Amino acid sequence: MDFLILHDGWLPILSILMILPLAGAFLLFVIPGENFQKYWALGVTILTAAVSLPLYYSFDPTTHNYQFGEHHSWIPALNVNYTLGIDGISLLLVLMTTLLMPLCVLCSWRYITTKVRAFMFCLLLIESTMLGVFMALDFVFFYIVWEATLIPMFFLIGVWGGERKIYASIKFFLYTLAGSVLMLVAIIALYFNTDPHTFSIPLLMGQGYSSIFQKWVFVAFFLAFAIKVPMFPFHTWLPAAHVQAPTAGSVILASVLLKMGTYGFLRFCLPITPAASVTFTPYILWLSVAGILYGGFTALAQSDMKKLIAYSSVGHMGFITLGIFVLNPNGMEGALLQMINHGITTGALFLCVGIIYERTHTRELALNAGVGMYMPVYVTFLAFFSLSSLAFPGTNSFIGEFMILAGGFAKSKLIATCAIPGAILAAAYMLRMLQKVIWGGTENPIHTGLSDLNTREIVTLAPLLLLVFWIGLAPKPFINVMHASVAHLLEQVIGMQTGIAPMANVLLP
Amino acid sequence: MEVIVSSKPLVAMLCALFGAILVSLSGKNPNIRESWSVAAAVCMFGVIASMVPEVMAGNVYKYQLFDMLPGLSLTFRADAFSMIFAIVASFLWILAAFYSMGYMRGLLEHAQTRFNTCFALSLFGAIGVAFADNIFTLYLFYEIVSICTYPLVAHHQDEEGYSGARKYIVYLTTTAKGLLLPAMILIYVLTGSLDFADNIHTGIIPVGVNGVVVTILYICFLIGFAKNGVMPVHNWLPGAMVAPTPVSALLHAVAVVKVGVFSTTRVMLYVFGTDQMSALGLGVPTAYFVSFTIITASIIALTKDNLKARLAYSTVSQLSYIILGVALLTPNGIEGGLVHIANHAFSKITLFFCAGAIYVATRKKTISEMSGLGRTMPFTFAAFGIASLSMIGAPPVAGFVTKWKLLVGAMEMETHSIGILLVLLASTLLNAAYFAPVTYRAFFGKRPEGETYEGIKEAPLSMVIPLMIAAIISVIIGIYPDFMMTFVNMVTQ
Repeated sequence: MDFLILHDGWLPILSILMILPLAGAFLLFVIPGENFQKYWALGVTILTAAVSLPLYYSFDPTTHNYQFGEHHSWIPALNVNYTLGIDGISLLLVLMTTLLMPLCVLCSWRYITTKVRAFMFCLLLIESTMLGVFMALDFVFFYIVWEATLIPMFFLIGVWGGERKIYASIKFFLYTLAGSVLMLVAIIALYFNTDPHTFSIPLLMGQGYSSIFQKWVFVAFFLAFAIKVPMFPFHTWLPAAHVQAPTAGSVILASVLLKMGTYGFLRFCLPITPAASVTFTPYILWLSVAGILYGGFTALAQSDMKKLIAYSSVGHMGFITLGIFVLNPNGMEGALLQMINHGITTGALFLCVGIIYERTHTRELALNAGVGMYMPVYVTFLAFFSLSSLAFPGTNSFIGEFMILAGGFAKSKLIATCAIPGAILAAAYMLRMLQKVIWGGTENPIHTGLSDLNTREIVTLAPLLLLVFWIGLAPKPFINVMHASVAHLLEQVIGMQTGIAPMANVLLP
Repeated sequence: MEVIVSSKPLVAMLCALFGAILVSLSGKNPNIRESWSVAAAVCMFGVIASMVPEVMAGNVYKYQLFDMLPGLSLTFRADAFSMIFAIVASFLWILAAFYSMGYMRGLLEHAQTRFNTCFALSLFGAIGVAFADNIFTLYLFYEIVSICTYPLVAHHQDEEGYSGARKYIVYLTTTAKGLLLPAMILIYVLTGSLDFADNIHTGIIPVGVNGVVVTILYICFLIGFAKNGVMPVHNWLPGAMVAPTPVSALLHAVAVVKVGVFSTTRVMLYVFGTDQMSALGLGVPTAYFVSFTIITASIIALTKDNLKARLAYSTVSQLSYIILGVALLTPNGIEGGLVHIANHAFSKITLFFCAGAIYVATRKKTISEMSGLGRTMPFTFAAFGIASLSMIGAPPVAGFVTKWKLLVGAMEMETHSIGILLVLLASTLLNAAYFAPVTYRAFFGKRPEGETYEGIKEAPLSMVIPLMIAAIISVIIGIYPDFMMTFVNMVTQ
């Protein structure tokens, strides 16, 4: 267990983080009144966020080992354990999850009018399981929480969704489940191929499996995660799910659930099957480029704001997988940062779409044209988040994209150059949306009577705007925590010595 | 050279930013709103002027605001090169602030608060470009200028405005994202840094980088800074002329296009450096490449009857002089190019101010309608005449200094000097051909039949005074070019 640094003191902070929302969810059943239930959910999520913050300050960025660790035997006969721990790869994802959840509760305040108790129950339940995914270090527990995220999400879409909610929720469920089943097979294969048999994720890394075995395991994992990300061409469930999901569902889906896919690449594919990862790298890079371009072009053609942002996610996630598989520090840290950035920015954009939908009851660009006149505060927020989404310099996404492309150019000038049109397309579809919403054309639908943002909505959006500029202008606090873990991961994959020294010698002919 | 760590460059920019915020908050009271604009412009000019003595003494102001990644930071510098642009842009903002007050009120334009806010934000971006210390900072403010000028171009919110603005933003963001961004990242990968060099010779690209890669990077920057109006990416400029005239004046004669040429020349000299450019033989091809723009745009200008369109193509042509001068890579050539940033700014803003004044006074846009109008609006057309002389390059107006320096620079070249001299000669003739008739017809032409210009008088004083000042300064810096030449000489030393 030398990979695990056990938590200090008597408080198992990671378990507490998971149990808080879970307990809060079940206590909802004894709380009367919809208003109280909303405040209760808000309180629980804020408390969870508050409890999670010390993780950042107590985190030791100099080690790649898993910190705040917990280890208990669970089913000794099968060597199944309850092991938790986080490193530089999962820390920011955990924090992002806890910080987003209060905003998800806030944005549902007026949006959700039926079955409030059940809705809040689903939100709290999904928070608990998502945190479990990012903390689990044992495959059995990981698989349980991984699957468990599907159920509340299924209900969030299926019960509170739009017109085609049943279709969307079942499509979402089946796609992801299909991937998960493959992953289960891979997990069991790994278990039996290791001596002594173990489900411990860190122990399965660097086992030197045979090349062919690695390839099979890699493919199984890859399909599971590629569907989750979603990588082109496994993305078709995403627009359907986003369009039908309620605002909070879209935010959780885009900000956190998609990240579980890329997190899977980093946590499992690369360190457990390094040789296969390197073999498949070129294909995955080209698949990422295809996703970037496909997402961009498709987003440009959308007339529904939510669909536009959903397809933009396909493009953005393409950049992230590109960064992961260029297998150098800049690319990987950029990808990791971009996972957080995408969570913040796309989450915020979905919140913005939700806000306008609550008022005009449509997400059609043409019908929402020219609301800038009536909602100046709203369009200011929307403008900043859109600029962030197109990687405007000074915003968070720029730093992420810059690092990913720097890693990309160091790996292959051809691939990075092919991804550049994706950056142009991002500007095109975002500015197009912005132009329509703020200005419209010479004749716009009449919007008189539209009210601008209220305090609750401003409070929902403001923290995200703060993060957009914080990461955009001073990203070091966010990147510093990644160095050790990313360096270790790269060492596991290609035994590469890392550092942020200029990569001139790699590139010079 | 001494480095002075001081936030003055940042303070100068913040004047514009806070100015914009205050303007946007005081929309209900036009007088207070406009006085914020003027106050911001004056403050900005004051701060910039206060840096002049130290910079003239050979010192450089630097200020790092954010350190983002190793080799990537938001840092400002005020050196002789930045001052050329910063002084001109901030001074002309003061004139433009008064002028646009007269223009916008004279025409009862809508959304004046938005207009003034975006105007100030654009200046914020332009001065940020002037004071950028690395490619990232430059790129950031370059993009801010693009975004903040969109509402100005689309100001009228009619079909023409929207289509002009769409063209504007498509050209500028596509080139910035498609060429500047990858070039910047590749330089970061090659060198681990984006900081500009301290002089114009060495550049920052390490020895041993493949010449083909450097050449590709160079082309990316030359075309990528599409605000420089070099053909084939110049088309946004005539399209953007749908904007109100003060926008055309300040932004499309001074701020936006100068941001383009300033960025281009900054990168040519401080990223690639004259040594590397000579070694790779990039100078002469660039000179011929922009010569094409100089000549072609002048010919197109000849065909335009709309005064603003003619001025737009004249701008396209004149901007390329600046790049041409720098591309000659001889000291006199570089000096001639850089001093034209100032000379062209004063003269061209005069011309646009005149076009706006004519429009406010008479609602006339085409040159053929203006025959004989000079006798009715003598001050405006006198200023127009002076500024056209500068564009043509006749003494004693500012443009003469440029032409002189460029001619000397061309003669200093070891090869190709005849070719460049011919370009300069031909373009001067073309400049005369499209500018002289405007003034001539205005003063000596016959009035159109049935046109008496009754009731027409000069535009409001808040317009005529700024345009007269700009014209007079065009003459002054033609007769006494030393002030601007000091900075320019410091760059080439």
